[in-house]
Amino acid sequence: MSDEQEVKRERKIMTPEEREAKIKAAAEARAAREAAKAQAGDAEASTEDAAAEGTAAEAKPERKILTDEEKEAKVKAAAEARAARAKAKEEAEAAAAEAAPKEPSYNQPRLDRAIEILKTKVAVDAVEESYINENNSHLPTLTIKGEHWYTCAELLKHDEAFQCDYLRNVSGADHETHMEVVYHMVSISTQHEYCIHVKTDREQPSVASVTPIWQTANWNEREIYDLLGIAFPGHPDLRRIMMSDDWVGHPLRKDYVPLDSEV
Amino acid sequence: MIRTEELLLNVGPQHPSTHGVFRIVVKLDGEVIKEATPVMGYLHRGTEKLAENLNYTQIIPYTDRMDYVSAMTNNYVLVHAVEKMMQLEIPERAEFLRLIVMELQRVASHLVWWGTYLLDIGAMSPFLYAFRDREIIIDLFNELCGARLTYNYMRVGGVKWDAPEGWIDKVREFIPYMRKKMEEYDRLVSGNEIFLTRIKGVGTYDAQTAIDFGLSGANLRCTGVNWDIRKNEPYSLYDRFEFDVPLGTNGDCYDRYFIRMEELRQSLRILEQAIEQFPKDGEIMGKVPRVIRPPAGEIYARIESPRGEIGCYIVSKGKAEPYRLKFRRPSFVNLQILPKLLVGETMTNLITILGGVDIVVGEVDC
Repeated sequence: MSDEQEVKRERKIMTPEEREAKIKAAAEARAAREAAKAQAGDAEASTEDAAAEGTAAEAKPERKILTDEEKEAKVKAAAEARAARAKAKEEAEAAAAEAAPKEPSYNQPRLDRAIEILKTKVAVDAVEESYINENNSHLPTLTIKGEHWYTCAELLKHDEAFQCDYLRNVSGADHETHMEVVYHMVSISTQHEYCIHVKTDREQPSVASVTPIWQTANWNEREIYDLLGIAFPGHPDLRRIMMSDDWVGHPLRKDYVPLDSEV
Repeated sequence: MIRTEELLLNVGPQHPSTHGVFRIVVKLDGEVIKEATPVMGYLHRGTEKLAENLNYTQIIPYTDRMDYVSAMTNNYVLVHAVEKMMQLEIPERAEFLRLIVMELQRVASHLVWWGTYLLDIGAMSPFLYAFRDREIIIDLFNELCGARLTYNYMRVGGVKWDAPEGWIDKVREFIPYMRKKMEEYDRLVSGNEIFLTRIKGVGTYDAQTAIDFGLSGANLRCTGVNWDIRKNEPYSLYDRFEFDVPLGTNGDCYDRYFIRMEELRQSLRILEQAIEQFPKDGEIMGKVPRVIRPPAGEIYARIESPRGEIGCYIVSKGKAEPYRLKFRRPSFVNLQILPKLLVGETMTNLITILGGVDIVVGEVDC
């Protein structure tokens, strides 16, 4: 999640204030680096003095051999410089984030409203997570609890606020820790789009079928059942659709082992 | 009253009218269909599973083999999804080339549909005319990327090959040629009394049903629903060109036929404008990292293929290979309504209705 945020932040077009803050932070970082370098330089200079003293009696060696003390000093200086750099970078990032708190997406109000409706009309804990998928045309994305999914789906199709009558796509995914069914729906009249995730347990995967609500879910759910092994209670005809009826296992699962290793 | 007996009839998988290896088991009472059960999977190659072990550029040739009549649009939906995820900028010349090949592909794909549809219904010669004219487009593609059907032309960030010298002029010459041929097609078929009787009022459904079944493309627009992704959610450069979205009213095979014929003309219109505005020079590849690693997250990108909404759902974990890749194939989704349409129809209408849906089995099974 934090990776994602970082990437998003980097990609955002900078406002003038943001740029200024970045420049300032960079300047600070530069200063910090220079200070660290100067410190390291001091350390080196002092060791050189010591070396000069130590080798006064002997012939001056061509290449200076570092004493333990010297080494330690160098390592310390380098560590300090590294720490200073890291701190400067952190500060720069913090400054950038502070200067321009991420502007909420234009779809944020719609997402908030959707959550509110689902919470009041279905259940308080119906929505587990939600975010705006910015790369995907700011798509409002919600994760809905499995036990409330069917009621939510009915609401999504029939409620005045949603009217998502067109279910574009149903996909399943095996996330190794859990299974997930993903619905992309849109309202033909308002063109508002939503993406719904429904998580399910990996050992006994099961998600309520929405075929009674959207006919188009029928074959899509059969395909997911066939390839991922997710059961859809309430489906009128849950059979394999792609693989043959006597196939063993569900090929799109991450732990799937083909029966015939030659294939 | 004639006593009839119920008969279980197996159509396909190797039957020319099923356009590939599609099988349908029909329960007949006399000549009337009581029940129809489609059986699929004969062409299932596990593209989605294979993709999980390939990097994004390696997946592009696999998309060619899904809807092999319209490989260019399949190429586009994958690269479009990845580009959207990485927020890449595509050079204008590359985007123009993509748009031109996609519209040429739509013409070629509709020609295949037109020819084979009439062949199904019983007219032999239109098939020959359609394939004669489609050959010109295939030659153009061959010149552009060295393949006739499986092009592997697009890349994340642009296209693989620039247009050779004189190629754009050849496309320009093709447009008036095709327009003239369209008139010929209409004279030959579109007014034919026998043909019209075969398709009028056959396989009818209303807008509500179409939306409920998630139909897309001409199958949805024949009911009057104004839904074309090129217009609704413009991708590529479609917002720069003028074109109309033909709509039907009755939702029967007749409307689907005329919508596709009109789409052919509209594609030529788009092509004409695109050729006019085609940039003289420029890059054909954008700035793309050497290894394509979309950021962690997910995306669902969709475009309007000749058959309807083709979509690509990618779950990325920031690796060079997709964690999960799923294609929403319009043929697969559109085919779902078939058992419902067939009940109560005669055997002859089975062929008419199946042909009218316009499926490619490579895409149904994927």
